[in-house]
Amino acid sequence: MQELMPATGVFSLLWLLIALPLAGSAILLLGGRMTNKWGPYLAVSTIVIDALLAIWMLVEMMGQGAEERTFNDNIYSWVFAGTFKVDMAFQLDQLSMVFVLLITIVGALIHIYSLGYMSHDPDRRKFFGFLNLFVAAMLLLVLANNYLLMYVGWEGVGLASYLLIGFWQYKPSAAAAAKKAFIINRVGDVGLSLAIMVMFVTFGSVSFEDVFGSTGQASEGTLTAIGLLLLLAACGKSAQFPLQAWLLDAMEGPTPVSALIHAATMVTAGVYLITRSNAIFDAAAWAATAVVVIGVITMFMGAIIGCAKDDIKKSLAGSTMSQIGYMVIAAGLGPVGYVFAIFHLLTHGVFKAGLFLGAGSVMHAMKDNVNMRRYGALRALMVVTFGTFLVCTLSIMGIPPFSGFWSKDSIVHAAFESSNLVGICTVLAAGITGFYMTRMVAMTFYGKARWEDDAHPHESPAVMTIPLIILAIGATFLGMALLFWGNIETWLEPVVGFEEGHVAIPELLLMAITLAVVLIGAAIGWIQYARREVPVTEPHGNLLTRAARAELYGNEINDVLVVHPSFWLSRFLVWFDNAWVDGFVNSSAAAVGGLSGRMRKYQTGFIRSYALSMLGGAILVVVALVLVRLS
Amino acid sequence: MNPSNYIILSALLFGIGATGVLVRRNAIVVFMSVELMLNASNLAFVAFARMHGNLDGQVVAFFVMVVAAAEVVVGLAIIVQIFRSRRSASIDEPNLLKY
Amino acid sequence: MIDTNTGEAVVFWICAILSVLGAVGLITSRKAVHSALWMALTMVTLAVLYIANAAPFLGMVQIIVYTGAVMMLFLFVIMVVGVDASDSLIETIKGQRWAAVLLGAALMLIMVWGLGSALAGIPATGLEFANRQDGGNVQGIAHLIFTDYLVVFEVTSALLITAALGAMVLAHREHWKPKPTQEELSKARFLGEEHPGNRPNPGIYARHNAVDTPALLPDGTPTELSIPGPLRARGDIAPVDIEDVHAIEEADSL
Repeated sequence: MQELMPATGVFSLLWLLIALPLAGSAILLLGGRMTNKWGPYLAVSTIVIDALLAIWMLVEMMGQGAEERTFNDNIYSWVFAGTFKVDMAFQLDQLSMVFVLLITIVGALIHIYSLGYMSHDPDRRKFFGFLNLFVAAMLLLVLANNYLLMYVGWEGVGLASYLLIGFWQYKPSAAAAAKKAFIINRVGDVGLSLAIMVMFVTFGSVSFEDVFGSTGQASEGTLTAIGLLLLLAACGKSAQFPLQAWLLDAMEGPTPVSALIHAATMVTAGVYLITRSNAIFDAAAWAATAVVVIGVITMFMGAIIGCAKDDIKKSLAGSTMSQIGYMVIAAGLGPVGYVFAIFHLLTHGVFKAGLFLGAGSVMHAMKDNVNMRRYGALRALMVVTFGTFLVCTLSIMGIPPFSGFWSKDSIVHAAFESSNLVGICTVLAAGITGFYMTRMVAMTFYGKARWEDDAHPHESPAVMTIPLIILAIGATFLGMALLFWGNIETWLEPVVGFEEGHVAIPELLLMAITLAVVLIGAAIGWIQYARREVPVTEPHGNLLTRAARAELYGNEINDVLVVHPSFWLSRFLVWFDNAWVDGFVNSSAAAVGGLSGRMRKYQTGFIRSYALSMLGGAILVVVALVLVRLS
Repeated sequence: MNPSNYIILSALLFGIGATGVLVRRNAIVVFMSVELMLNASNLAFVAFARMHGNLDGQVVAFFVMVVAAAEVVVGLAIIVQIFRSRRSASIDEPNLLKY
Repeated sequence: MIDTNTGEAVVFWICAILSVLGAVGLITSRKAVHSALWMALTMVTLAVLYIANAAPFLGMVQIIVYTGAVMMLFLFVIMVVGVDASDSLIETIKGQRWAAVLLGAALMLIMVWGLGSALAGIPATGLEFANRQDGGNVQGIAHLIFTDYLVVFEVTSALLITAALGAMVLAHREHWKPKPTQEELSKARFLGEEHPGNRPNPGIYARHNAVDTPALLPDGTPTELSIPGPLRARGDIAPVDIEDVHAIEEADSL
């Protein structure tokens, strides 16, 4: 464990990182129509200031010694109940630093992009308010120094995600998608809250420092339980199998939301959680294995779904699932993988945000049509969008020297270090990635124009293209910068640990094999979608395609396993309530009512009648007295 | 003669008074019947005092008289009031408080 | 065992019969005044019985308070309500009368039987000793009231004051308008429809001056205005003597 340094200098402004967007969101949401005009600019400026602050902090941090980079800022004592004490305290170390940078910089770019994308929306003040709220919650999530405070941020991003997916709540599909995301996320949240409770029972504290410092005292069974519960939480938030069903529907939200929340930041919170809790997973081998298994399953599921979807955003969402699967695998591999999980998370955050924003740009041009079968031949009309999209595509496919190559190759390498089977899986998935990304590019930008009649594609305004360009630059150079200049292994090593493993296959050969598989996938995709005609209506397809279009029947499985039984249970309870509970209550009420109706006839209003009954009662008393005392 | 005869007389008077309360409709007569019942109980108190050989019974009877006097004053004032508004002293008249 | 001599027995039986008679009369009289008188009889006989029971003070108080104050109050209220007002004997509540009589009889039976059997064979102590202790019955009661029952006594005073106030409040009539002054009254009288002067006395110009004889106006016609209201209401108006009319006509023709 690293030593905790008191937060001084610029680090004493840690709270400001969260407070700024929170204040922005409060002003926008509570200020009402007054803020309509300048509200969005205020929201953007809070994030930009945050980003500048974060960069300043990074510079300061790099000036410190490697072991002196964890800063703790205790604001006040938040909860104290008996032996349970939780502080409102923030912790900034190398891991949270990279997250803060990702969130604020990508967040700032997406905020700026949204100025253009949402310029015609009547509710854009609300949109920016929610977006600010999300950034505040996400920063709280990564800056908290204990699980309980992190849980607040965890729920906060869930809330913001819910609000933003359902932003166009007049569309029933958006409202349903928001509810779906929220409910499925709750399943994961239950896992996190249970994990926190088990931690408190086991360690007597929920702060990172106490929990990680005393993992040796707990039995492996307990740690495995905590690990599996944390994995459940991560599955919910990061859309991993079996809680993956909400992410594709979440694309109902505005595209910047998909880029920021459902590609770059929030969905990676699960990876953050696992990486942050590395001390627990290191001590619980079974839980770590479960993490890898979940990661592999989701990686393939996401990739297959990504291949079949014609909706550009849903295809990207499948790709996101798949890439997060990569990260989860890396995180499950233990100290050989944590660093690369975060590495891939960072590069993915940048190029996937770029892809989503590019998709948003295309949709903007095509009148919000998301069907790729109605695109085609856009490369000449949207040069900047096409260029940046292509760069990001090459990056995600893992073509050198783009960012994705370095991070994905590191994961593949780490996977082979731990198990050949997992390694082969990651290589195969990389090939599928090559296929579906090529398919996406080919269907959108090449081939013949299959536009709807009223579509007039045009390039997006500068406020949208500049963020695209910045992200494309990041997608190109971030990988090399982090690996060679930033030295990400040694940077993160004090927090998450790092060890070099041994692989039987030479490193260069492995790279070559992976690259070859990717290129084969890309070539198949090119032949199928750029050379041949793409039909406007989707062909029937084989069994796998149809299953993939149906999101591998995830919704149907949920329906059968959870939704229908819940319906039956509710129906039974309604029947029970009506027939038995209400029946009892109503019949007793009716009995009292009927009896009263008859009894009230004796309320004649005649005093003498009342006196008569009083006398009768008195006589009864006297009779009883006489019988008891005198007989 | 047995002193318990007084008690039996008191019981008879009490019963007659109770019957009067139930049978008569004129509020004033009903009131008189109540007074009769109070007096019957007073007689019992006085007789009991004599039988037990201490004066507490008489003191209680005295207080009963005082309270009865106060009650008559207020009760008759109410009757006058009712008579003023309803032009009748019948206790069957104010029968609005019913089902 | 106290001695109940023959004299007391005679007094008891006479008074017992009279009091029961009074009580029955009280509840059976049709007129409230008669009920009140019957009650007075019962009260007085009860006072006698108190005195016979070695309670001379209570006997006096009974006469002063009940037959004096309370009876006067009753009679006063009866006067307000109307002396003649008598109950109809038709029972309006179905079954009330026989149920009341039945229950009253049952109460009497039970109490007579219960008390009779309970008190039979219990020796009575008598009050000679208690009355002698403080120098007499009045002194004995006074001693008790101002020692053991002092609090009750004080509370009773509060009760009496409250009752007096309550009676005053209840008997008070609300004035909705300020009382008219004499000036206003006289103006109302002279501006009103009616003739402001005296009405004709009965018997004016008539042959008789009885109250039921209407006065004759100067033209010989009789006027009912001269007859008191109650007589008019009853229709007790004597016919006008035709000779008087003729006399007036003769006087006119002169």
